[in-house]
Amino acid sequence: MQRNPQLNAQGELQHLLSIEGLPREILGQILDTAESFVGVTEREVKKVPLLRGKSVFNLFFEPSTRTRTTFEIAAKRLSADVINLNIALSSQTKGESLLDTVANLSAMQADIFVVRHASSGAPFLIARHVKPHEHVVNAGDGRHAHPTQGLLDLYTIRHYKKDFSRLTVAIIGDVLHSRVARSLIQGLTTLGAPQVRVIAPQTLLPSGVEALGVKVFHDMRAGLRDCDVVVMLRLQNERMKGAMLPSAQEYFKNYGLTAEKLALAREDAIVMHPGPMNRGVEIDSSVADGPHSVILPQVTFGIAVRMAVMSIVAG
Amino acid sequence: MRLAIKNARIIDPASGRDGVGDLHVADGKISEEHARPDRVIDAKGLVAAPGFIDLSARLREPGFEYKATLESELEAALAGGVTSLACPPDTDPPLDEPGLVDMLRRRAKALSRARVYPLGALTVKLEGERLTEMAQLAEAGCVAFSQANAPLANTQVLWRALQYAATFGFPVWLRPQDAWLAKDGVAHEGELATRLGLPGIPPFAETIALATMLELVRATGARVHFCRLSTAGAVELMRAARREGLPVSCDVAIHHLHLCDMDLGYFDSNCRLEPPLRSARDRDALARGLEEQIIDCACSDHTPIDDDGKHLPFAEAEPGATGLELLLPLTLKWGEARKLPLAKTLARITCNAAQVLGVSSGRLTAGAPADVAIFDPKAPLRVVPEMLKSQGKHTPFAGHELAGRVRYTLVAGNVVYEA
Repeated sequence: MQRNPQLNAQGELQHLLSIEGLPREILGQILDTAESFVGVTEREVKKVPLLRGKSVFNLFFEPSTRTRTTFEIAAKRLSADVINLNIALSSQTKGESLLDTVANLSAMQADIFVVRHASSGAPFLIARHVKPHEHVVNAGDGRHAHPTQGLLDLYTIRHYKKDFSRLTVAIIGDVLHSRVARSLIQGLTTLGAPQVRVIAPQTLLPSGVEALGVKVFHDMRAGLRDCDVVVMLRLQNERMKGAMLPSAQEYFKNYGLTAEKLALAREDAIVMHPGPMNRGVEIDSSVADGPHSVILPQVTFGIAVRMAVMSIVAG
Repeated sequence: MRLAIKNARIIDPASGRDGVGDLHVADGKISEEHARPDRVIDAKGLVAAPGFIDLSARLREPGFEYKATLESELEAALAGGVTSLACPPDTDPPLDEPGLVDMLRRRAKALSRARVYPLGALTVKLEGERLTEMAQLAEAGCVAFSQANAPLANTQVLWRALQYAATFGFPVWLRPQDAWLAKDGVAHEGELATRLGLPGIPPFAETIALATMLELVRATGARVHFCRLSTAGAVELMRAARREGLPVSCDVAIHHLHLCDMDLGYFDSNCRLEPPLRSARDRDALARGLEEQIIDCACSDHTPIDDDGKHLPFAEAEPGATGLELLLPLTLKWGEARKLPLAKTLARITCNAAQVLGVSSGRLTAGAPADVAIFDPKAPLRVVPEMLKSQGKHTPFAGHELAGRVRYTLVAGNVVYEA
């Protein structure tokens, strides 16, 4: 087996491609660094000079507003120059290849590539071909990974719950297509959360998901019992009717988070969602806006976490 | 031209012969006469065996000359000791017209390299809807009919195709894979695909299709060869089919004897293959099935692909790997792991394959075509893609240390390769 391509020969973080295979210490380092940046984002002058003179290329082969914006803000707060490239990808049009695009941008002196791509593994391919001083940060690849989202979820959980060693976490919804779920599961198991549950109908679970270290529930009520953290996943519109699910209504009835179902979890449970939310499909508005919800703080922490990642890989 | 191969360890898997001696060639055939030869090859320390027969090698002509040409790939075949090969019809256009087949055969013949046996398309443009003119394609030189990797979702068309082929006694070569279950899939459905977030192809995509096809063999009496099995379940279905006496045979690609889904590592697109690399359990069942002759042959499934086709995210990369020059070393590696005598190992790429193909080569008995591979089974071979003769440089075995080097290759009594 090859060396984990995210780490350099000294075992330091060279790229952030996936949470899988990252040692606990590196996850801790990222979360601690993020904590130091949370203060920065609350100051009047929200900038630190850590990446002054460096260029961050936001390379989005798949449309995204939210993630791209938070990366942009994070890079700017680190005093980097940010260039946004939205490359609408049509698999049919044989335009410039992925590696040609990267080579061209590399010639423009990039330091960090923030990459989102519809194909699982695309950031690994890029990381294999960039120059030694260039760094790749995965901003979501296919169904594979969304490590900065996973890290901001971990940050949020640590912020509210302090310690992972006694937590029961439930992840609910479309795990099959979710890069967010995969990254969070890997992070939680690395940090020692004793029980990670996934709750979904069989059609939305990948085969052998237990091997990721999770316990599978099909009954949401049973799965929510005594949970400390409830993570809802977004259900894509196109999956709401067809062979995966009969309808959004039936899905909400069985797997939507309502106040009544949330009452089965621990009293101090927190509710998270990576966004954007489908109110009334996976989550009821009363819960999304309710006292257990930490959905908006997640977004704020997301900036600090992305600052931490970029400052560590390129610092 | 008379030739004598002296002091070789002569292995003829068909007859079981294995011993040091001399092999004589006259008029393109293996000869028992020991008249004065025009040339003597001293093969001391080397093995002389029938030239290898590869049941699946893509030459990329017509249509994909930028990936490979007949010249480059037939050269690669000879360097690998492969003297006969069957090429699937998935060219561009596909081999669905007699004129195309004729042209391919003429081109191959003019190069006087390895023997090329084209497989004709089973359906027009491989679209799975209309039957091709099989009888005319057979006249033009097609030895069997195949869909290559193209799906044939319509079981009624498949049924008709088998009926029609059976009418004329044409063999049909099929790779069993349910088109719907395999849709969009790029990796074995299992833990690895789940971890990497790759769309999966469940193993039952193969077994369901195979069970359907076996049922249609029962119904039609068609002679069917199943290509490149990848699952333990398929091996069990074939075991039962053989016990039942159905007119079927099958092969496995060399990659699937040695690799499994875990070898994808961090999205290695060299491991993007069709069918996908499956679990370690499947791999072991295939290796055992080949030993027990439930699986008749190993093939290279040679597919030359250019860099542009492989330097892509895993799911977008073109499936396939180069293999002609690795058929011998990888077959030897399999035989060694199973502790088989060399003659038994080589049967999987010589006489067994000749039987599937219906040709008289693949043996060293007097009168057989003098297609011979002379090789050193112990010579180390480090797989260096740049050293391969094939225009396709992509293989999951790059950097592997194997053994087995071809020194001479003879086709019809002519020395066509020497190293």
